[in-house]
Amino acid sequence: MTDGYSEKVMEHFANPRNVGEIKDADGIGKVGNPVCGDVMWIYIKVKDDRLEDVKFKTFGCGAAIATSSMITEMAKGKTLEEALKISRGNVADALDGLPPIKMHCSNLAADGLHAAIKDYLEKSGKKMELPKIETAEEHG
Amino acid sequence: MDHSATTAANPAVTEAMLPYFSENFGNPSSLYSIGRQARRAIEEARQKVADLIGAKKEEIIFTGSGTESDNLAIKGIAYKNRKKGDHIITSSIEHHAVLHVCKYLESQGFKVTYLPVNKDGIVNPADVEKAITSQTILITIMHANNEIGTLQPLEDIGKIAREKNIPFHTDAVQTAGKLPLDVEALGVSLLSMSAHKMYGPKGVGALYLRKGIFIEPLFHGGGHERNLRSGTENVPGIVGFGKAAELAKQRFPEEAKLADLRDRLIKGVLEIKDSYLNGHPTKRLPNNANFRFSYIEGESMILNLDMKGVSASTGSACSSTSLEPSHVLMAIGLKPEEAHGSLRLTLGLGNTQDDVDYVVSVLPEIVNKLRMISPLGR
Ligand code: FES
Repeated sequence: MTDGYSEKVMEHFANPRNVGEIKDADGIGKVGNPVCGDVMWIYIKVKDDRLEDVKFKTFGCGAAIATSSMITEMAKGKTLEEALKISRGNVADALDGLPPIKMHCSNLAADGLHAAIKDYLEKSGKKMELPKIETAEEHG
Repeated sequence: MDHSATTAANPAVTEAMLPYFSENFGNPSSLYSIGRQARRAIEEARQKVADLIGAKKEEIIFTGSGTESDNLAIKGIAYKNRKKGDHIITSSIEHHAVLHVCKYLESQGFKVTYLPVNKDGIVNPADVEKAITSQTILITIMHANNEIGTLQPLEDIGKIAREKNIPFHTDAVQTAGKLPLDVEALGVSLLSMSAHKMYGPKGVGALYLRKGIFIEPLFHGGGHERNLRSGTENVPGIVGFGKAAELAKQRFPEEAKLADLRDRLIKGVLEIKDSYLNGHPTKRLPNNANFRFSYIEGESMILNLDMKGVSASTGSACSSTSLEPSHVLMAIGLKPEEAHGSLRLTLGLGNTQDDVDYVVSVLPEIVNKLRMISPLGR
């Protein structure tokens, strides 16, 4: 069953980091997977343009849970600008790759983080150059 | 606990097959004595497979798989009766080996009615009767569903088919060798089975074809299997199938006892909050339990179970290669997110009460952990 997943994916899946919600979050990214119907929520806490805390909740497969866990780890402590540069591909790479059929799950994690930052920018009235959100089609 | 996908060949089966890989190997169509031995072995196996389902030896055609048996039955009847009519009746929860054949036949100009099922996954015989037209040439309804285990009322459908004189096929891949079957009582005219679901070898199946029912072959060639399936026989496979069928018959009481374990499993698992049973509580395979848990996804459940040494399967979109939820779970009226949380556990003869209790003890933790991670259902 675990054949297609790297050890790193399984490790994050078995011990996901930063699970939960942030009560007074500064931004929340709620994204859904158009492919299979999964749901991912990313919460962020921002201080001095830095992601002080990142948490997630995910309803999805093993890859979806592992990528959510991974992205929270990658994003924590980064400036907003840096965090926005984390791409869909970066998350999969950090997990030593994902089976091709599971790439869309890692897309969801990156999109969730970006959506949370966007939500924060909107709420706080700050302006920032947002990366163009790739569509699922572009990445298959 | 994932014994429905396949079962490992019984050592006695492998032993029976071995000689036919080497010294007894001969082309059964040849005139030499070694060929005659192979021929005799095939005929003995045919008798054993026939005995398993209350058929006559001449009514068994060996094929390469359960899928091939389904193809041969459905296309065979369709092509043979093209001039008589073009309408086929089936159900919406059939195995892909039936559904995809029906879809293919639609592309060839046939018309197919896909009957709905109720929330337990049962076809209403009255719906079958209503669907019959003057053009109907075949009814094909599976015996037991591979995912949710539901058993169909074949006797009632068989009666209707007989009255209307329409050939009735059933895909019995899940039940042949597991439950005592009698083709007379079921009223079927064609029945598909597969060896590897009854502790036999892979690569061999059989089709029961009632005397007096005619089909068009799919393979043309040397005229093997009464001209219905040309191609040199897979002697070791067929011999193994015969042995598996013989052993399966002796195991029926044991198989039936699995229902007690199944019910223990169902009772234990349903203690979990927001968990449900998919399929009928009692009209189901003795070894099948299929659940769904709200707010969580099946693949992540089976990964967690796997880490605890339990194998299982799910009808979740996430674990299918098409990324679509199981058509069976959709047909019983579940929403995609409900199908997401489905979990199938199937018991094998090696399973004990301890195994069941173990699953019942580890599952709540897993469900809780995943619900903690899930944004739904708070
Ligand atoms: S979330 Fe559905 S396949 Fe990953």
